[in-house]
Amino acid sequence: MKQFLSFVKKEFFHIFRDKRTLFILLGMPIAQIIIFGFALTNEVKNAKIAILDHSKDASTASLITEIESSRYFEIAESLHSDADIQTAFHKGIVKMVMVLPSNFGNNLKHFNKAQVQLIADASDPNVANQLVNYASAIIRDYQKRITNNRQLPYTINTEIRMLYNPQMKGSYNFVPGVMAMVLLLVCTMMTAITIVKEKETGTMEILLVSPVKPMRIVIAKAIPYLLLSTINIFTILLLSVFVLEVPINGSLILLLAVSILFILVSLSLGLLISAGADTQQTAMFISLIALFLPTVMLSGFMFPIENMPTPLRVVSNIVPAKWYYNIVKTVMIKGLGVTAIWKELLILSGMLMFFLSLAIKKFKIRLA
Amino acid sequence: MSEQKAITTNKLTKKFGDFTAVDEISFEVNKGEIFGFLGANGAGKTTAMRMLCGLSLPTSGEATVAGLNVYKENEKIKRSIGYMSQKFSLYDDLTVKENMRFYGGIYGKSNAFIKQKTAYILDHLHLEKEANVLVKSLPLGWKQKLAFSVAVFHAPEIVFLDEPTGGVDPVTRREFWNMIYVAAAGGTTVFVTTHYMDEAEYCDRVSIMVDGRIDALDTPIRLKEKFNAASMDEVFLKLARKAARAAD
Amino acid sequence: MRTLKFLLQKEFRQIFRDPSIIRLIFMMPVIQLLILPWAADYEIKNIKLSVVDKDHSDYSRQLIAQVTSTGYFQLAVYTNSYPEALEQVESGNADLILEIPSSFEKELIKEDESTLFLAMNAIDGVKANLGSAYLQSIIQDFNKEVRIEWIQFPRFSPETQIEITSSNWFNPLMNYKYFMVPGILVILLTMIGTNLSSINIVREKEIGTIEQINVTPVKKFHFILGKLLPFWLIGLVVLTIGLFISWAAYGIVPVGSFITIYAFAALYLFAVLGLGLLISTYAQTQQQAMLLSFFIMMVFILLGGLYTSIDSMPDWAKWVTRFNPVSYFIEVMRMVVLKGSGLIDIKRHLLIMFGFAVVLNSWAIINYRKRS
Repeated sequence: MKQFLSFVKKEFFHIFRDKRTLFILLGMPIAQIIIFGFALTNEVKNAKIAILDHSKDASTASLITEIESSRYFEIAESLHSDADIQTAFHKGIVKMVMVLPSNFGNNLKHFNKAQVQLIADASDPNVANQLVNYASAIIRDYQKRITNNRQLPYTINTEIRMLYNPQMKGSYNFVPGVMAMVLLLVCTMMTAITIVKEKETGTMEILLVSPVKPMRIVIAKAIPYLLLSTINIFTILLLSVFVLEVPINGSLILLLAVSILFILVSLSLGLLISAGADTQQTAMFISLIALFLPTVMLSGFMFPIENMPTPLRVVSNIVPAKWYYNIVKTVMIKGLGVTAIWKELLILSGMLMFFLSLAIKKFKIRLA
Repeated sequence: MSEQKAITTNKLTKKFGDFTAVDEISFEVNKGEIFGFLGANGAGKTTAMRMLCGLSLPTSGEATVAGLNVYKENEKIKRSIGYMSQKFSLYDDLTVKENMRFYGGIYGKSNAFIKQKTAYILDHLHLEKEANVLVKSLPLGWKQKLAFSVAVFHAPEIVFLDEPTGGVDPVTRREFWNMIYVAAAGGTTVFVTTHYMDEAEYCDRVSIMVDGRIDALDTPIRLKEKFNAASMDEVFLKLARKAARAAD
Repeated sequence: MRTLKFLLQKEFRQIFRDPSIIRLIFMMPVIQLLILPWAADYEIKNIKLSVVDKDHSDYSRQLIAQVTSTGYFQLAVYTNSYPEALEQVESGNADLILEIPSSFEKELIKEDESTLFLAMNAIDGVKANLGSAYLQSIIQDFNKEVRIEWIQFPRFSPETQIEITSSNWFNPLMNYKYFMVPGILVILLTMIGTNLSSINIVREKEIGTIEQINVTPVKKFHFILGKLLPFWLIGLVVLTIGLFISWAAYGIVPVGSFITIYAFAALYLFAVLGLGLLISTYAQTQQQAMLLSFFIMMVFILLGGLYTSIDSMPDWAKWVTRFNPVSYFIEVMRMVVLKGSGLIDIKRHLLIMFGFAVVLNSWAIINYRKRS
């Protein structure tokens, strides 16, 4: 045990001596929270659009003012002919063009009917969809106003309640995702790389001839990262509660306990990768391809899993981060207890057992 | 500066923060001689050598290598020197031949020269069969001899060797020194650090560094006389005992 | 120039001698391009709906039938108690509750007005927004049918109407893959380029071979260029593989010319490789280099405009994206691949990228010191 502790101490020295690495490891969650919390929104704002007004009358002028005054749009260009539309899109600045045909005001006044054409640049379908929706809503409001808000007969009203996240904050969705991402990165990638580094530089052999059991050496390397990850969890939780105002509705202890379980799963994955890789470069690429990308793409935090084709949905089940992400959402945001997450807990524990025994087996073969 | 001297230094100093690794050393190395640069671990040998090779900028003092100033003409110096570092520094993942071709090439040697020299070295080291073998699969002794051959591949005026025989068996060390003699006989100045005292006896002149300063400099025979010692080992121990700096 | 030849020869030999890296370099684009675009689909389908029907009327049944027939919603639970429906949301079996109150049909006919309740699991805000918008539009359609049933149409018609027609150019079928695949290709090139080059010089530092190079008269410029060119070529090969897969798997053929894509990619690779080499000259260990390049990459990719639109970012983040090479390349890819923009359209992007390449590489050359 004493020897084991001295190994752990050595690993801590390695990490604390390298101030830059330490700085990045501890700064990473902060940067992610800031980026996700303040820079990324799925809501489109200030989209640059162009107007092609063939009519140029009082009605089109007031409609254009309505559009311009909304926070969704910024009129970047006034076009003069249909041919201009293509050119405007090719330059890539304008995302939508609103075309008002000639006699717009006249038609509206005399025939009670007029047309507006919205042409969206659908190379980004998401933005195109939203812009058309927003513009349509503004036009409909405008129409309502000119008809004096007359109430129609036989109207079905809908009343909408947003559960758990009434202000529709994006942070409710990504805080759990950031936690999964950071933990995986620190635990899996860093552990794998440090162990492989000792292999690469040959110091591993020196350690292996010491009287300490090989598996203990490897575990000693993982322990500092366990500590760093725990610090990261606290950073993320503090930032989300005090800066992003995402509450912790459930039990903090339960949240920490499941996070430690996930950290252990990530560490065992790191060990597994290090058993298979011979150079740091290989270890890094495996971590990136086999772990990081699936976590970002398939855990449900960037893209909804239910949209994916069946094979991907099946694959997503073996991504540990998916289960952890579900647990954090359930415990932290919905505020539910163990009974709501027993299935996920069971799966994560199973994964831990599996990865760990596989890693140990692989190490034994290599070290024997 | 004198035309006859391969290396001259005058109060050459290197500080790392408060720590003075090399403390005002002054010495001269004649052309064509084998100059032994001795000292305990941490005495400042490698730092001094790195300054002369243009790998490290001196804090103060003067030095010339091959008649060129180490401050201003360090890139020019590099054309005239060869270097073999403590750490084995050939490319593990290149073959014996590829390493030689690469280093010959970046020193601007012609293809004909590279070809001829490669054949010559392979023949002398009896490595013809291993010419296309990856360097990482060679035994350590061969690697060291190969590293030396690569360091003198471009026929430099001066070659710097930083503990070239560390971890090598006595037979190989003997062979290694034969190679050094051959190079010196061809007119190359050899500047070698070592902590094997028996190797010091092979040098024309020897300097002994203690705590960043040069405490003694002379031929091995005269040093032994001066310190009243039977071997260089004894000379070294007498000097090293005064060292304040702990060896690392 | 001759020195450069020898440097290049050495780098190529070393790269191709490590089969694991070569395999990864070429596997990565194939796997990523085959899998990721399928996952990256923002269109919401299969929303799990739980219906609380307290009315049990013709109208309530018609409404439910209409909602479930659209394909967006899947009827997961049908009950008459709200708490039970809520439980299903908590356990993750349902995303959305539609509550039809007991006198829904009666009030609608007798009092001209009736109210439905929607409750949405809003942890995922986008999904909640889109889901409730879909449901509302279905309800509105249903409302229209009810009106037609009860009112003679002529009385209704003089209502002022602005007819909105919309069209989606460049991607009329709103295919998300057209949008994601070029973006993913950019990310791939960036990851491979920066990671490979950022590790490279540090690796020589760690092994010690850099000392041997530093005592040779090799020019810094040549040394950096010797490191850069092999990866530059690999990057272009990866791009070619990627474009091939985009065509073979997704039928994406650039509307613009390949020359435009390759011209920009060539400059872009110089910029990101320069960034990698710059990281490499600062880092002391491979671990540091990897972590640093990973960190920068993460910021660049997240703020690159692939996942969320740059227009909607706050000013400080927009300012950051101006220094983000990834965002320029993603924009250019979309312009060229989907809209057919030519070299003249991307003139500004080309100039900026040229600037990035020059600054980053010169910085790397200056910062690489042969003497400490």
